[in-house]
Amino acid sequence: MTDTASRPERPGYVPPVFGDSPEGTHVWQRVPYDPADYGPVSDFTTDFDHADPAYNPVAPEVWKSLRDGGCPVAHSDRYGGMWVPITHDTVHEIAYDTEHFTSRAVVVSVGRPGDLALPAPIGGAPPITSDPPFHGVARRLLLPAFAPKVIEPWEPKVRELCVSLLDRMGDVTPGETVVDAAVQYAQHIPVSVIRQMLGFPEQDEELFRKFVHDTLERIAEEPGTREGMDDLGEYIFDQIQDHRENPRDDLTSYLMGVEIEGVEMNDDIVGGMIILLLIAGIDTTWSAIGSSLWHLAQHPEDHQRLLDDPEVMAFAVEEFLRAYAPVTMARLVAKDHDFHGCPMKQDDWVLLPFPAANRDPLKFEDADSFVVDRQENRHAAFGLGIHRCIGSNLARLELRVAVEEFVKRFPRYELAGDVRWSVGQIRGPRELPVRILDVAG
Amino acid sequence: MRVHLDSEKCQGHNRCYALAPELFDVDDYGQAVLLVDGDVPAELQEKARLAAANCPEFAIKVLED
Repeated sequence: MTDTASRPERPGYVPPVFGDSPEGTHVWQRVPYDPADYGPVSDFTTDFDHADPAYNPVAPEVWKSLRDGGCPVAHSDRYGGMWVPITHDTVHEIAYDTEHFTSRAVVVSVGRPGDLALPAPIGGAPPITSDPPFHGVARRLLLPAFAPKVIEPWEPKVRELCVSLLDRMGDVTPGETVVDAAVQYAQHIPVSVIRQMLGFPEQDEELFRKFVHDTLERIAEEPGTREGMDDLGEYIFDQIQDHRENPRDDLTSYLMGVEIEGVEMNDDIVGGMIILLLIAGIDTTWSAIGSSLWHLAQHPEDHQRLLDDPEVMAFAVEEFLRAYAPVTMARLVAKDHDFHGCPMKQDDWVLLPFPAANRDPLKFEDADSFVVDRQENRHAAFGLGIHRCIGSNLARLELRVAVEEFVKRFPRYELAGDVRWSVGQIRGPRELPVRILDVAG
Repeated sequence: MRVHLDSEKCQGHNRCYALAPELFDVDDYGQAVLLVDGDVPAELQEKARLAAANCPEFAIKVLED
């Protein structure tokens, strides 16, 4: 338990609960699901599985076919029971309903945390895994570090990084040279930026990519066997210790110094927030960059428009985010709930596919077309409601600069082989071979 | 034309500040702040429409005269 002796005594004052969670909230429960009993998905209406490797490459077609078949909410018995709303209205409604849907777990897997009857003040990676009211407290601590005017000054560093990655590709012979825009370019950008912000050692970037893979892609493995998760916890703890011994001006030191009601956060909460920043910003942004470059490889007319009219970029970035939104979140049903006729039971998973909401023809004109200068674009790539992506300003900056520098360096390029897509809730190309057709002199 | 910002709905997506910085600012938490007291000058009306049409939370309303 936290020592309460130093807390101010005030009438009606209820100290925020952090550091110590109610008993049982960290217990990891195995859900009754064995992937071996199921096999590949045959019908996404009744047997939806976003982690089927066949899903991400064709996800927009899956959503369209569900919609055309009159199915606004798909279902699956996998993962102990899972619902998948695919219209903008249903996704929006669930994102806003924190009474029936808890964020205690936001990545669907074969394990789910804790007894849902208990409150979720913190979760493992606050505030993404927090519900109100603690969510608001944790979020306000992080928001100033990612506010637009704090992120803007990072632009030169992001640009320098992108240029150096392009330089590192070496000599390019137009028409012959093939580079991997995901492996050699996109995946390095968010890793390097968040590492610099947190003040972690440069040589650890490879390690971060492994952590991300363990957290987001190995979801069908037994809880407790993903040794990478323990490694991640230990690694973060070591970094916090290092910052304690060698204080410096970075995000880690900022978080360690933050106080709530005069009380510093303990290492568990600081560590949880760092895990969130490390995991949430990496393959999400790298997926957005990769998908955007994948689109341009196949649409030279859009590429040319960006070169001819740089002012279009502000709209193009949002259209990339709409059409190729990388992030699907998840919730757990907090209590039995009839959702428009869907009998949702406590502990059922609910996927929140913001990318599907972004292609809802009821909300977007010509929803399945990419319109490079789309003027009306209320896309939900960064989520809706209280859990709006806290790093959205940083993600936009990285996406815009990464695309700007790539299209400038390589005014023409095309796909040069098989694209390998990610598996799971974060959608984007993991291997993206492109042939360079022209290089800036 | 008048523009209205619902601060309760704003979640800090930052679209309005990016598209119409003459009409919207953001505070230290990234929340939108309206810079005009409702009336939008003629030369900024297109930007006001754009800000409203790009707010994911439907927090901005434009009332045409």
